[in-house]
Amino acid sequence: MTEREHHDYDVIIIGAGGAGMRAAVEAKQRGLKVAIITKSLLGKAHTVMAEGGAAAAMGNVYKEDNWKVHFRDTMRGGKMLNNWRMAQLHAQESPDRIYELEDWGALFDRTKEGKIQQRDFGGHLYARLAHVGDRTGLELIRTMQQRIVSLDVDVYMECKVVRLLTNDDGSVAGAVAYWRPTGEFVTFSAKAVVIATGGVGKSWKFTSNSWESTGDGHAMALWAGAELQEMECIQFHPTGMVWPLSVRGILVTEGVRGDGGVLRNSEGKRFMFDYVAPMFRAETAESEEEADRWYDDHAAGRRPPELLPRDEVARSINTEVKAGRGTPHGGVYLDIASRRSAEFIRRRLPSMYHQFMELAGVDITREAMEIGPTCHYIMGGVRVDAETAASCVPGLYAAGEVSAGMHGSNRLGGNSLSDLLVFGRRAGMAAADYAESKAPISLNEAQVSGYIADALAPLGRENGENPYTIQHDLQELMQANVGIIRKEDELVEALEQLEVLKERTKNVSASGGVSYNPGWNLATDLPSMLTVSISAAQGALERRESRGGQTREDFPKADPELGKVNFVQRQTQGAGYLNPISISPEPLAEMPDELKALFEEAK
Amino acid sequence: MTEITMRVWRGDQNGGAFENYVMPKVEGEVVLDVIHRIQATTAPDLAVRWNCKAGKCGSCSAEINGKPRLLCMTRVDSLPDGETVTVTPMRAFPVIRDLATDVSFNFEMARKVPAFNPIPRPADGYRMQQIDVERGQEFRKCIECFMCQDVCHVIRDHEENKLKYAGPRFFIRYAELEMHPLDTNDRRELVREKMGLGMCNITKCCTEVCPEHIKITDNAIIPLKERVVDADFDPVAWLGRKILRRTKRTSEEAAVQPD
Amino acid sequence: MTTVENSATRVDNSHTPVVLGGTRGGPDQPTLRTDRWWLAPVITVAILSSFVIYATWAAFVNKDYYAGATMHRDLISPFYSPCLTQGCLTTGASMGGHVLNWWTISPALLILIFPLGFRMTCYYYRRAYYRSFWWAPPSCSVSDAHKSYSGESKFPLIMQNVHRYFFYFGLIFNVLLTYDAIVAFNQPGIGIGVTVGTLVLVINATLLWLYSLSCHACRHLCGGQVRSFAAHPIRAKLWKFVTPLNAKHMQFAWVSLFFVAFTDIYVRLVASGTISDFRLF
Repeated sequence: MTEREHHDYDVIIIGAGGAGMRAAVEAKQRGLKVAIITKSLLGKAHTVMAEGGAAAAMGNVYKEDNWKVHFRDTMRGGKMLNNWRMAQLHAQESPDRIYELEDWGALFDRTKEGKIQQRDFGGHLYARLAHVGDRTGLELIRTMQQRIVSLDVDVYMECKVVRLLTNDDGSVAGAVAYWRPTGEFVTFSAKAVVIATGGVGKSWKFTSNSWESTGDGHAMALWAGAELQEMECIQFHPTGMVWPLSVRGILVTEGVRGDGGVLRNSEGKRFMFDYVAPMFRAETAESEEEADRWYDDHAAGRRPPELLPRDEVARSINTEVKAGRGTPHGGVYLDIASRRSAEFIRRRLPSMYHQFMELAGVDITREAMEIGPTCHYIMGGVRVDAETAASCVPGLYAAGEVSAGMHGSNRLGGNSLSDLLVFGRRAGMAAADYAESKAPISLNEAQVSGYIADALAPLGRENGENPYTIQHDLQELMQANVGIIRKEDELVEALEQLEVLKERTKNVSASGGVSYNPGWNLATDLPSMLTVSISAAQGALERRESRGGQTREDFPKADPELGKVNFVQRQTQGAGYLNPISISPEPLAEMPDELKALFEEAK
Repeated sequence: MTEITMRVWRGDQNGGAFENYVMPKVEGEVVLDVIHRIQATTAPDLAVRWNCKAGKCGSCSAEINGKPRLLCMTRVDSLPDGETVTVTPMRAFPVIRDLATDVSFNFEMARKVPAFNPIPRPADGYRMQQIDVERGQEFRKCIECFMCQDVCHVIRDHEENKLKYAGPRFFIRYAELEMHPLDTNDRRELVREKMGLGMCNITKCCTEVCPEHIKITDNAIIPLKERVVDADFDPVAWLGRKILRRTKRTSEEAAVQPD
Repeated sequence: MTTVENSATRVDNSHTPVVLGGTRGGPDQPTLRTDRWWLAPVITVAILSSFVIYATWAAFVNKDYYAGATMHRDLISPFYSPCLTQGCLTTGASMGGHVLNWWTISPALLILIFPLGFRMTCYYYRRAYYRSFWWAPPSCSVSDAHKSYSGESKFPLIMQNVHRYFFYFGLIFNVLLTYDAIVAFNQPGIGIGVTVGTLVLVINATLLWLYSLSCHACRHLCGGQVRSFAAHPIRAKLWKFVTPLNAKHMQFAWVSLFFVAFTDIYVRLVASGTISDFRLF
């Protein structure tokens, strides 16, 4: 056997989305030896799917806007389950993070005065989203990617990390990965590791997430000793495509509603007026006329109910469809054609126009879109320190979707891109600080060879199960039992079924060789998919209330007591997907009085 | 027709051949869906690169019936009914396996681009007008599917040119930077001398295949060529330089990497 | 919290090596396309060749290019304008008469260099003839027909960069042909009026203006070359005016080509007495 490829770094970053690249920039600017490892090509990360924009209280459109309003919107959107300090840092720092992108070449849409234009979005009191048409995520990725290249950060592309490596004292030591093109294994020793692997959506059948969103970072962090929280809080984006079946789940940007699109049921009724929760009644329009005035002048009316936070809208759509007022393909209508000119739609929503034209044969300037909820984002993830993004494992940091706390139980649209930048940078800084104080690492060979053997096992196994079948069954199960609306018995059944899937995964086999073999690659993704699925189902079972991304049919109201706790998950009896995960409630950090006062004022 | 015959090229650095797969037809499917069904049923190791499946990431570039296409944006019902669908990897790049190609040439070219080098930020922030950002925004729509690079005969048919030719994807990047209202670098000498702008003979195949409908030739390559004429081929400027005994700035002097 | 200075980050990536070689995927065939990709180049060859053959004949024939006062008309073929000989001096129409009365072969040979040069170096025609005549490539994702390729980076094709100077000359010719169209409203001995010939010359001049103004070099010189339109509002306006024209440059290229040949044919038929130029009003 040839010698295994090995690299030695100060900081490695797993994941090349917005958060990972922002962390890499920060660490690299400190003069450290930094690498990014990504299982796709550079620039393909799921961040490109973010369409609407990045929320930052710059006050370019509404001078009244400031970090306090943004903070309050974020906390209320998250149903107060957020880590208040993260929400505060995010609201305070996101404008600077956006301006910084301009230094690196980003071209945001402009106001008449030449400042960065900001757009309205659900849950944000003021027009706050810096954007580039409806492809803001792509702009962010490209800007960061070009910054990464100009700083000469090492990038390992199509290189899948299978496990984190740890030192005897429990601190992080690096990672073991394989090159997807060749199947050759490679080890990285690193003083600090930043996890920025994004989401978990691929465990559901209808998702806006790509194949990469298998929860690798969530699972690897848990296996390495980190804690997860709020894994039950999963955002179902209200507007995903529903037809044709092959594109079901693909995202339709919230920008459609921000720019005037409305939701109608099969009777043509603008039904969202019937679903305004008391918490939002004061600031939501009561009539269509009032709502329509708001688009041009926010002082002339209150917000249209279509722009309530995503959990509210998704649940309402679900209710309409269940009541038999859905479209032929089981969604509702999103109509902008009858409300805005064709020219306006094509200019503001170019990629939506093409997406529907090319994939569904629907001209959105003439017809309404058929849409329905799709699994979109996980609020939960690695439990981290607000200031440093540090997990409880020394040297292990997490930023972006894989981390938890920032968004509470429900994320506002547009807060994700700014989250990536704010906490990507903070994770990079803290990882660099930590790495600078740390002595060189030597890897534990027994650990490495064990992980490699585990990853290779499906290839050697004869007559095992097809990984695609297991993935399919997992997706069906999660969609049916841990979907947008949950019930005790279904969750219990899901956990039982997940145990069965665990057993089946032990016997998975992949035909073919190691080189660019998607079947084998999937087999190595299954353990993390299972771990995050179990965590999500466990969390959903334990949180016996409805709050944000957790909706229980049997507990339809929010429970004030449960609003004071996080459900924290750990592995205490051995690491890896086969070992059990424990779950326990832990109290939320309390907000200082001056921040509490912000919510009193609003009442 | 209720069935579809897919003729997929399978192979690696040691060569390969076509293999036929007959699959049931499903309404509304794109070619990538059919490939995925082949993977899930008969050929789990069929290699294909893909991510978003929504035409936004540019991963699933390949060639369908001889033309560069995104597998995820090509609806099966848009192809000639009843005819075999031929799927091959991108031709201009070395194959890794089956439909996945080694596109590292593009990442190498990306590294050679002198980065954005802006004027110092004013105290109250940069100001730019929409009309100025729009030109660059068109090029920043690029999803880096590299099909323009694949179809460009300069490198598709002449491997050796890869040493001195950036290709359409990077010409739009250079154009974007040259049109950026805040940038201070001058990359015209670089694109003429080292990036092979002169090798482009504007046959516009890059524009034809662009899934983002970027007018690569008209809005980026030709404007770049005209900018190079401004800098290098203007006889009056040339005469001026001769008389005043000035030398042109080298490409390195004109475009520096920012701090 | 301290801000970190971006120190020592300047990196020189310009020497990144490019690796050549490696087996390519797919069969070794010039193309896998099954559609009629060869049709467009064949049509282009047919049309351009016909034009070149006709223009060559028309340029050498050196007669019947002017319908003058004897016919109560003042129509000159665009191939022979500006009038450089005595052949069209009867009324003083057009410019330049007598300038070259020592020149004995066809004046069209001198004149046509400029529009020919403009069209030969035109970004659209380059695409058309590189594809159809030079087969580099004949169509997209069809192998080009050359062992090695340097495009427009070496002599002689590097000369394509003179396009904008031909554009300037083209503008002069547009002014001359516009003048010709205006004087065509005068029918000597009859008075001011409109004939079919007048309209032909007017349309011809209009199409040539559209072709020139839609040219890529024109778009660049109008305003495309600036970094910031906000700082150059007038050039931004000009650029915005020519940009939609530029999008139709191909159409203008073909239509104006057809029409200039048609104009020559029409004047030729009138001048030779084959048809008479109908007076409309």
